[in-house]
Amino acid sequence: MENPILEVKNLCIRYNGAPTDAVRDVSFTLGRERLGIVGESGSGKSTVGRALLRLLPSAQVTAEKLRFEDLDLLNLSEAQMLKVRGRRMSMILQDPKFSLNPIQRVGHQVAETLLRHFPVSKSDARVKTLEMLAAVKIRDPERVHDLYPHEISGGMGQRVMIAMMLLADPDLVIADEPTSALDVTVRLQVLNILDGLVRDRGIGLIMISHDLNLVRNFCDRVLIMYAGRVVETLNARDMDHAQHPYTRGLLAAQPRIGGSRAPLAVLDRRPEWKEEART
Amino acid sequence: MTASVAIQDLSISFGHGPDAVKVLPGVSFSVKPGECFGLVGESGSGKSTVLRCVSMLTDFWTGKVEIGGRNVRDVPLKDRCRLLQMVFQDPYGSLHPRQSVRTVLAEPLRIHGLDDREARMRRALTDVGLPVEFLDRFPHQLSGGQRQRVAIARALILEPAVLLLDEPTSALDVSVQAEILNLLARLREERGFTYIMVTHDLAVVDHMCDRFAVMLHGEITEILPREAIAGNGATHPYARQLIAASLEYEGQI
Repeated sequence: MENPILEVKNLCIRYNGAPTDAVRDVSFTLGRERLGIVGESGSGKSTVGRALLRLLPSAQVTAEKLRFEDLDLLNLSEAQMLKVRGRRMSMILQDPKFSLNPIQRVGHQVAETLLRHFPVSKSDARVKTLEMLAAVKIRDPERVHDLYPHEISGGMGQRVMIAMMLLADPDLVIADEPTSALDVTVRLQVLNILDGLVRDRGIGLIMISHDLNLVRNFCDRVLIMYAGRVVETLNARDMDHAQHPYTRGLLAAQPRIGGSRAPLAVLDRRPEWKEEART
Repeated sequence: MTASVAIQDLSISFGHGPDAVKVLPGVSFSVKPGECFGLVGESGSGKSTVLRCVSMLTDFWTGKVEIGGRNVRDVPLKDRCRLLQMVFQDPYGSLHPRQSVRTVLAEPLRIHGLDDREARMRRALTDVGLPVEFLDRFPHQLSGGQRQRVAIARALILEPAVLLLDEPTSALDVSVQAEILNLLARLREERGFTYIMVTHDLAVVDHMCDRFAVMLHGEITEILPREAIAGNGATHPYARQLIAASLEYEGQI
């Protein structure tokens, strides 16, 4: 791959005090594409995302290579990292209810990205914030700008989060379960907005999710993680031809509209999946 | 044991005076004995409120709810608990963190003065596919799927006829969801339970339910058979939109 945005080689993460690694030997490269990471809870997918932003002070992160554009993420100081986070690499979190500051107006929280990273005046930041709120299809951005998070709906909150994270025009966005707190109809709207912005701006996107339908429809490539390891890497459209029994098990466990009503297949977890070589 | 559920003009407002908000303007539907009935709709549409009213967890509603032909308001509390039980959405929130599984399961037996407690508790755990040793575990020693099984065991232990399921799998992974859905389907087949199931996942409705109601702003827009999902046989614009979005999300268009 030419000019990858992110190169990860043999990433291992161990939480302090834990007997085993939470993430073991994860390697991937990311270009200007949409990469999905799927797996069950506890498989280490969110831990990978957090490690990239160096948000794991209580864990030991080791890797042969952890390169983001021209930066070696392993050796950056915290001061340098502050200039990367939110500016060149940002993260959209799962639940707007818990990730927005409840006692600050929405607009101020969004504008903070600009004021923090760019030499702009408050009035310019306000104009840009309103533009961004409009870009995530919030009707009447002037009104929403001055609301508090408890006054807006979940779908709108998630769009505010997206606006906040895309405002600085980052090169890499990590979306950690961006829509699992939302209803189906709202979920599609939010995903389409995110998808459009990512395409238009040529941003690299890592979509962390446990929802196979989501990654199938909104990603180019998919990593499937089990117990801290990548067990399979697939093109999203080839999901139905997955080889690994874990991936096939996940797909079979999903009820489908128009499917049979026979009991759903239940995963038969085998210990050797934890050890076998990556494909 | 099995029972029907009939709901007529169920209506409820929250708040007082001019600030009162009518959450359910008048919901009516009926569920046949042994049927699995789904309630779908966006958040805030009143799905869970219907369950809370039927179970009398919220009791200041008007209208009429009959279970097995008995008006739920006339059924004394103790009998009501043996008629219907509820399984909540989040097993991380619905189990007391300092109570062992044994304490959770023994309490209803003690209140209702039932004998053979140990045997009943063992049977309830076996029914939901957990080993009997789990009686002495605490919630933090259980995974999400195991917790939800304990919550289902708690609902089963008084042998009710109607189970109210409030998004029983939305906090769980797809693989664990499959286990819980299989369990619920098996229990219904074996015991003839009547289910009213709130969910936002139409694939789950299609897998589990016989009929379902689409709710919007507290009103039922349309009651549809399960077969209406795959071909989008809804007529109401919102129901059509919801089904279309679900089909699109599944990548079936």
